[in-house]
Amino acid sequence: MFRSLFALLRRDLTLALRRPQDALTVVGFFVVVVSLFPLGIGPDPEFLRSLAPGVLWVAALLAVMLSLERLFSDDYRDGTLEQMLLVPEPLGLLVLTKTFAHWLITGLPLVLISPLLAVQLNLRVDEIVMLMFALLLGTPILSLIGSIGAALTLGLRGGGVLIALLILPLYVPPLILGAGAVDAVMHGASAQAHLSLLGAMMVFALFATPWATAAAVRIMLD
Amino acid sequence: MSERSIQWFRFTAPANFYDLAGRLIPWFAALTIALFAVGLYLGLVVAPPDYQQGDSYRIMYIHVPTAWMGMFLYVLMAVYAAIGLIWRIKMAEIMAKAIAPTGALMTFFALWTGALWGRPTWGVYWVWDARLTSMLILLFLYLGYMALHAAIDDRQRASNASAVLAMVGVVNVPIIYFSVQWWNTLHQGASITVTDAPTMATIMFVTLLIMTLAAWMYSIAVVLARARIEVLERERKATWVRERLETES
Repeated sequence: MFRSLFALLRRDLTLALRRPQDALTVVGFFVVVVSLFPLGIGPDPEFLRSLAPGVLWVAALLAVMLSLERLFSDDYRDGTLEQMLLVPEPLGLLVLTKTFAHWLITGLPLVLISPLLAVQLNLRVDEIVMLMFALLLGTPILSLIGSIGAALTLGLRGGGVLIALLILPLYVPPLILGAGAVDAVMHGASAQAHLSLLGAMMVFALFATPWATAAAVRIMLD
Repeated sequence: MSERSIQWFRFTAPANFYDLAGRLIPWFAALTIALFAVGLYLGLVVAPPDYQQGDSYRIMYIHVPTAWMGMFLYVLMAVYAAIGLIWRIKMAEIMAKAIAPTGALMTFFALWTGALWGRPTWGVYWVWDARLTSMLILLFLYLGYMALHAAIDDRQRASNASAVLAMVGVVNVPIIYFSVQWWNTLHQGASITVTDAPTMATIMFVTLLIMTLAAWMYSIAVVLARARIEVLERERKATWVRERLETES
């Protein structure tokens, strides 16, 4: 079973590497959005610093959301997804594997590029470390919850805009906890509570969302 | 014993539901009007002004019932959606769809009246209070449910897909509520508390109760009416629809 899941993971990653512009567009979006904020709210370093956790998290959230449409749509269009329903492996695991690949392609680059943007917004080193750590815990949650929205909007007109309405309200808890963790470090408090809850949320999402996503895929391919 | 018990499953058949709802709606509508009339009279005329807030507290008589209904209807919608998805009961799907607009309306009213009350009391229309924020997100959840339902052309698929969304939403509502509450206490000292109001006078409590009942009756009447139309639309090719429509016209 793990061999076939591994094969699926490798296939998704290979496909993404053959078309790197898809993943790079998401990173580009993240960078551009964050760079626009100082232009909108003024260059005062202290003010930017206090806004930085929220700005970075909201931008990461939007970047992940924009990339969600690609999670299933290519496989849906060429019929691969339909074949996956026939495979003996449980659909939930297949979906989880695809979501993991999606995170490796979009979530991880966001985590890796975030220090650069954090420096732009005058965050200190310990805050940057915390930001990366929070994003590392938080972006998988975004991909997992997002996979439900991606599955529910398969083959719909204007699916991309609809995903925003379905998924963004559900992104509120990771946003609060992720930005809160950086905020706590900024104010000299411990971020342990934030990180624990974020971790708990990731474990819960890891177990619960593949079921919902698999159910949604079955419904939309019915 | 078994002969006398009501056969509830009878009303999962669309034709029986259509007849029953048609007979019940006028009663619920009449109760709505009567309870609103009594409740508003008590609330606006009889109940004394609050010693702190003066007359502005009277918005509460609309605000609290609509907020309760907004939250409760979301759970009810998710329950119906789950029943429809799991046991494939068509009427449950229809009820879930029919509840959504009323729930969204109630949530919107709660937010609106809350803003109108906030202006004289707090000096601003909107604060990022935990309750306000989670009600706003609840409204977004309703809108997402309705948007997804409307975006899918196939009725069966629309019901199933939005049922999944409603169930995901209902799992998330408590998580959202607690995280927002936590965020709120972290960011600002609890300057405003809505919770510890002074103990309520009996007349105020009775009025609130009547207004809550009125909101209930309104929701039931409107949801049943909406479900009735949806039944007609879905079953438009069935013979019972033709029979009913011929006798009615």
